[in-house]
Amino acid sequence: MNILAIDTSNQVLGVSILKDDQIIGEIMTNLTKNHSVRLMPAIERLMGEVSMDPDQLDRIVVAKGPGSYTGVRIGISTAKTMAWSLNIPVVGVSSLEVLAYQGRFFNEYICPFFDARRGLVFTGLYKWENNKLSKVMDENNLLMDNVLQKLKEEQKRVLFLSPDIAVHKEAIQQSLGDLAVIPEGPYHVPQAGHLGLAGLEKEAETAHELVPNYLRLAEAEANWLKEQKEKENHG
Amino acid sequence: MKKNTLMLGIETSCDETAVAIVRNGTEIITNVVASQIESHKRFGGVVPEIASRHHVEQITLVLEEAFKEAQVTWDEIDAISVTEGPGLVGALLVGVNAAKALAFAKQKPLVGVHHIAGHIYANRLEKEFEFPLLALIVSGGHTELVLMKEHGVYELIGETRDDAAGEAYDKVARMLGLPYPGGPHIDRLAAMGEETIDFPRAWLEDSYDFSFSGLKSAVINKIHNAKQRGETLKSEDIAASFQASVVEVLIEKTLRAAKEFNVKQVIVAGGVAANRGLRKELEVRFSETEIPLLIPNIKLCTDNAAMIAAAGTIAFEQGRRSGMDLNANASLLLK
Ligand SMILES: [Zn+2]
Repeated sequence: MNILAIDTSNQVLGVSILKDDQIIGEIMTNLTKNHSVRLMPAIERLMGEVSMDPDQLDRIVVAKGPGSYTGVRIGISTAKTMAWSLNIPVVGVSSLEVLAYQGRFFNEYICPFFDARRGLVFTGLYKWENNKLSKVMDENNLLMDNVLQKLKEEQKRVLFLSPDIAVHKEAIQQSLGDLAVIPEGPYHVPQAGHLGLAGLEKEAETAHELVPNYLRLAEAEANWLKEQKEKENHG
Repeated sequence: MKKNTLMLGIETSCDETAVAIVRNGTEIITNVVASQIESHKRFGGVVPEIASRHHVEQITLVLEEAFKEAQVTWDEIDAISVTEGPGLVGALLVGVNAAKALAFAKQKPLVGVHHIAGHIYANRLEKEFEFPLLALIVSGGHTELVLMKEHGVYELIGETRDDAAGEAYDKVARMLGLPYPGGPHIDRLAAMGEETIDFPRAWLEDSYDFSFSGLKSAVINKIHNAKQRGETLKSEDIAASFQASVVEVLIEKTLRAAKEFNVKQVIVAGGVAANRGLRKELEVRFSETEIPLLIPNIKLCTDNAAMIAAAGTIAFEQGRRSGMDLNANASLLLK
């Protein structure tokens, strides 16, 4: 099975091509550069280098967020439209899950996260069990302080993985001390190869069904809902 | 042999997800538009983030509907054109990236199209162009006069210095407590009112530019002052007086430019071209001249993808191509 994996959900731009569970090519940059300009040229170049035509693809896997709303939409629009036109399945994988793959050989809790500003993070809690990644806590948009408080109560070792690790490192270490495991640089960068692998094991969706995993309402929508609630409360 | 170009068009610059297939730039095979107006109503205007979210949900559904309706296969499609700007950047990005994905997956040429070029070419779906021609584009985001001496070449001779005409409509509508989008409501009220208030006309002498912010402020002041004095103004009369000011400036400038450049056609495009007051007055004034006036039917005035495919066909036939690095450009200039 020929798989194209695409991740533009955060700062990393990653494109990978797999034959079943084997990576045969990958392009990755970790730069603040425009994903919209660079994604298709990267796909085109990689497909050329591995001598694969678009119609030889069997499946497209895409990181569906959380992350930058715009970044997520660039990846999803590209993946779902391509899959639709080639009439092949498409799979969306949580961007947090892709990061959790870097903790494949860690036996306790894995906490991948992306900074969401104002003390907030997009995060979830994972654990590798019987060669499978399972969810311990659902993904959500939470205050990092609250996440750390909760983890502290558990008194378990936790592996933290995040491209934004520098922003929260101090707070993590202060809160969890030796229970916090924080690896070096490359482990915090999501890899499209892992994304492809994760997508291989997941059930495919139709292109129409695939939507971003924002983990947050649009601001206008959240405000509107709040207003409705207030109106209700005031009768 | 007669050339036969089948163009797929994609438009997502604002709050319509649209896909069309057009033959030779003149014949609509299919023109599917998924409007989000209902989703934005409760916010009193288009919310960019929400528009972008809808586009990404809709894009493949609209594509599929277009192909189903057209009974066309990918082999028959010659190229893909997409609005690259101007517009809401997040919204544009969905269309641009979808178009690039299709161009790569199906190995088809790609052509980026300027949204206003699209509005102009909507007219060619109804009648062949004769040059030089003058286009008046009026919509929520635009008020422009464009001179064309040949296909695919656009000369901007006038534009708004502040608000677009449609924007002024929406703001005045909000002042009058009318629901979004306000333009059609003002138009409806205006038809029932009298022009009792003498609102200003911004002539900006020696220029084909427009300005509507002074008019908008005058309307707001008038309503405020009346309220303070305890007087009530009839909404119908405010609407009629406001619309009279907008329409007069638009038409005078268009007429003046049409005569100066000796054009063979005047075409009107954009969402505000659906305004009945404007259409009627344009028809009256141009019937007094020798210059033919074209206003497309309402479905082609508002945003759609057939117009993008029509403009894209000309660009394609002139050899213009976009690369896989095509980007959305919120403030793209018309060239
Ligand atoms: Zn428009």
